[in-house]
Amino acid sequence: MENHDILCVKGITKSFPGVLALEDVDFSLKKGEIHALLGENGAGKSTLIKVITGVETPDSGTIEFDGRRIEVKSPQHAQQIGISTVYQEVNLCTNISVAENIMLGHEPKKWYGAINWKKMNQLADEALRRLGIEIDVSRPLGNYSVAIQQMAAIARSLEFLSAKVLILDEPTSSLDERETNQLFEVMHRLKSQGIGIIFITHFLDQVYQVADRVSVLRNGRMVGTYDLATLPRVQLVARMLGRSLNDLDEMSREKLKREQAEEETCVLEARGIGRAGAIEGVDMELHKGEVVGIAGLLGSGRTELARLLFGIDSPDTGALTINGKKIEHFNPLQSINLGVGLCPEDRKEEGIVGDLTIRENIVLALQARYGWWKFLEPEKQYEIAQKYIDLLGIVTPSPDQLVKNLSGGNQQKVILARWLATNSQVLILDEPTRGIDVGAKAEIQRMVLDLAEEGKSIVFISSELEEVLRCSHRVMVLRDRKKVAEYPGDVDDQTIMHTMAGIV
Amino acid sequence: MNNKKPVLKQIRESRLFWPLVALALILLFDAIFAPSFFKIGILDGHLYGNLIDVLNDGAPLMLVAIGMTLVIATGGVDLSVGAVIAISAAMGAVLINPALGKELITNEVLTANKTNTPLGIIVLANLAAGTLCGLWNGMLVSRARIQPMVATLILMVAGRGIAQLITNGQIMTIYYTPYFWFGNGFILGLPVSVYIVALVFLIAWLLVRKTSIGLFIEAVGINPKSTYYSGISEKNVKLIAYTFCGFCGAIAGLILSSYLHSADANNIGLWYELDAILAVVIGGTLMAGGRFSLLASVIGAIVIWTFTLTMYTVGVPANALLAAKAVLVLVVIFLYSDQVRRLVTKISERKGAQHGPTH
Repeated sequence: MENHDILCVKGITKSFPGVLALEDVDFSLKKGEIHALLGENGAGKSTLIKVITGVETPDSGTIEFDGRRIEVKSPQHAQQIGISTVYQEVNLCTNISVAENIMLGHEPKKWYGAINWKKMNQLADEALRRLGIEIDVSRPLGNYSVAIQQMAAIARSLEFLSAKVLILDEPTSSLDERETNQLFEVMHRLKSQGIGIIFITHFLDQVYQVADRVSVLRNGRMVGTYDLATLPRVQLVARMLGRSLNDLDEMSREKLKREQAEEETCVLEARGIGRAGAIEGVDMELHKGEVVGIAGLLGSGRTELARLLFGIDSPDTGALTINGKKIEHFNPLQSINLGVGLCPEDRKEEGIVGDLTIRENIVLALQARYGWWKFLEPEKQYEIAQKYIDLLGIVTPSPDQLVKNLSGGNQQKVILARWLATNSQVLILDEPTRGIDVGAKAEIQRMVLDLAEEGKSIVFISSELEEVLRCSHRVMVLRDRKKVAEYPGDVDDQTIMHTMAGIV
Repeated sequence: MNNKKPVLKQIRESRLFWPLVALALILLFDAIFAPSFFKIGILDGHLYGNLIDVLNDGAPLMLVAIGMTLVIATGGVDLSVGAVIAISAAMGAVLINPALGKELITNEVLTANKTNTPLGIIVLANLAAGTLCGLWNGMLVSRARIQPMVATLILMVAGRGIAQLITNGQIMTIYYTPYFWFGNGFILGLPVSVYIVALVFLIAWLLVRKTSIGLFIEAVGINPKSTYYSGISEKNVKLIAYTFCGFCGAIAGLILSSYLHSADANNIGLWYELDAILAVVIGGTLMAGGRFSLLASVIGAIVIWTFTLTMYTVGVPANALLAAKAVLVLVVIFLYSDQVRRLVTKISERKGAQHGPTH
């Protein structure tokens, strides 16, 4: 196999108002290589990808593709050259068939111009088979899992765009383990065909599992490119964080400290709370200053439980008591008034209001609590916003920055600030660290423990078991939309994993 | 504050920039081709001239544009404002009618300069009718969860029928002179309608900037789900926006019927909804909802009327006006397209400054 660079990026600099997103970044991708791109949120990964795919024009720097210098004008142009991107959220149409999605714009025609469906399905089927996928391509894409949808997107870019460089932007964040492995198989297959793959992810395990080399970005600069075979994991994390690992160690020590923090004031009590099709009757208690972790696989009813506790959905059965008050009418405002806050799983769709400023996002729930007429004057709003920007360390040039321009970790902090501003005593955090880099993750976990110490009660939901165990005083395990077990916080991860998987 | 942005750029990013550019372009056209457009005279102590006409004739549209801005900002649209104008005008005209409640109706009674209903009641009934229409729209959209375009289409179609029912199918001519004050009167040399617009604008401004309603409206327009999860009743926010829009339509109906001395259920306020939407778009509020500027929408309405009267002044016949208006729409759409804007940004930045790029 030839071993020359298919893509070579040199000296890229890109700035946005108030932010230097990339500074003199070099990056190269070999033919037939899986190259992981790592970095904290806001490190510049997405900007680098946007520059490579022509979404953004760099201020300076050059891009060489297959030995020739190119200027990528637009994403379409990038595709024509042979640089394809598959995004985390697949941008295909879920309501038309898999075959149509793959062949869109290249449908085989009969002699009189009508689409030759048989041929089309056959071609699509072959394209997927080459990736090792066998499915009925005539069914709507939406019938299949996100993994399959991603495969269809990959098949499309390989078949018609003859991609030589494939960029996978956090492809595994919504896949389960089996699907992830399926994707990795496909990646290996493509690699052996000489395609260069840029693989962006937050999961270090996966980097070591599948990638050849790794490049680490930090604060808009390229820290370096390393061979994974010779780079110990600890080193990699240290490079990403740009600091020693003492911070992380310290946190596990904190875990020992928290045992005495438990008090017996029950702030939230659910008795057999359930909703048809969502979750079966759950009993739970949450005490003052306590973190209750909820572990469970995707689809185990984690989010559904959170929605019931916050009053977005009303339960069919059971009762919920918050701060001694039995809830009759379930709606978010009621919960907020009782001192409950929810950081939803889907930060972008359910958490932030993207086109509003940080200030407005922070005061939103407080303002809702105050009602229509008791308006917080702008000065007061700035004061509150600034307080939490400082307290939570939100990185921004000003409180007037639009929230959609922040990195995921900072957005999460803004939502957290929203609830702290309303003085919520119960925080329900649904995947608070999803899509957030290692550094911000540690920061948010620390915040959770600090808040609990201050007497807040927290429901901590996460698909990362390690994180649940690190932060929780007690752990509830959900499986198949049922609560199956409850453990003290010092339970070992093996036990929990067995419970989650149903092998007790 | 650390406002390091170059002044030029700040101006360009202001919400009022593009509407004002549009207005300036039209006035520039007038300055070259119809200088008489700028002539302002004094007659009987009142100012008169084309510029005053823009304000007086444009007043109903400005009112409707204010209401429409709030509705569009929630991510909706109100197609019924034209019909609401007709309903509220009909309501006023019927109550004014001196024959109301009389057994014996003669032409003398009918055309007399008098009414049996106090003016205050007439105005109140007029406003109540429109506000009620807005409330109806709001209920359909927020409670019945019908899509705004469909929900308000119902009243758009039915509204003129309702207005005809109110007037019993007649074109009501108004002879009661005190009523004419709203559309034709003057205070300190300026048309009364201008003061009414200023008052409604002030009410709307206080509503959105001195209570939390403005923030809630923008939040709902941008992301209704996140907004609901933050404890804001998305339903009530929408209800208020539509109701207020109906209220604005009612005042527009009052002014229009007063100005025209009549209430013709089929023609009064015809196509106002579309002009109002255009005004809001010129004002830079996205049809998808979110950020809005009331002042920019009012300027948008002024742009439309300046354009209309300019066309009359240079002698474009009334039946060709719609075609000319289409050109305006086209230009506006060009000015607002991202592509064109990026080009303008690029050019001005290449010329101007060494400052950082925009995105």
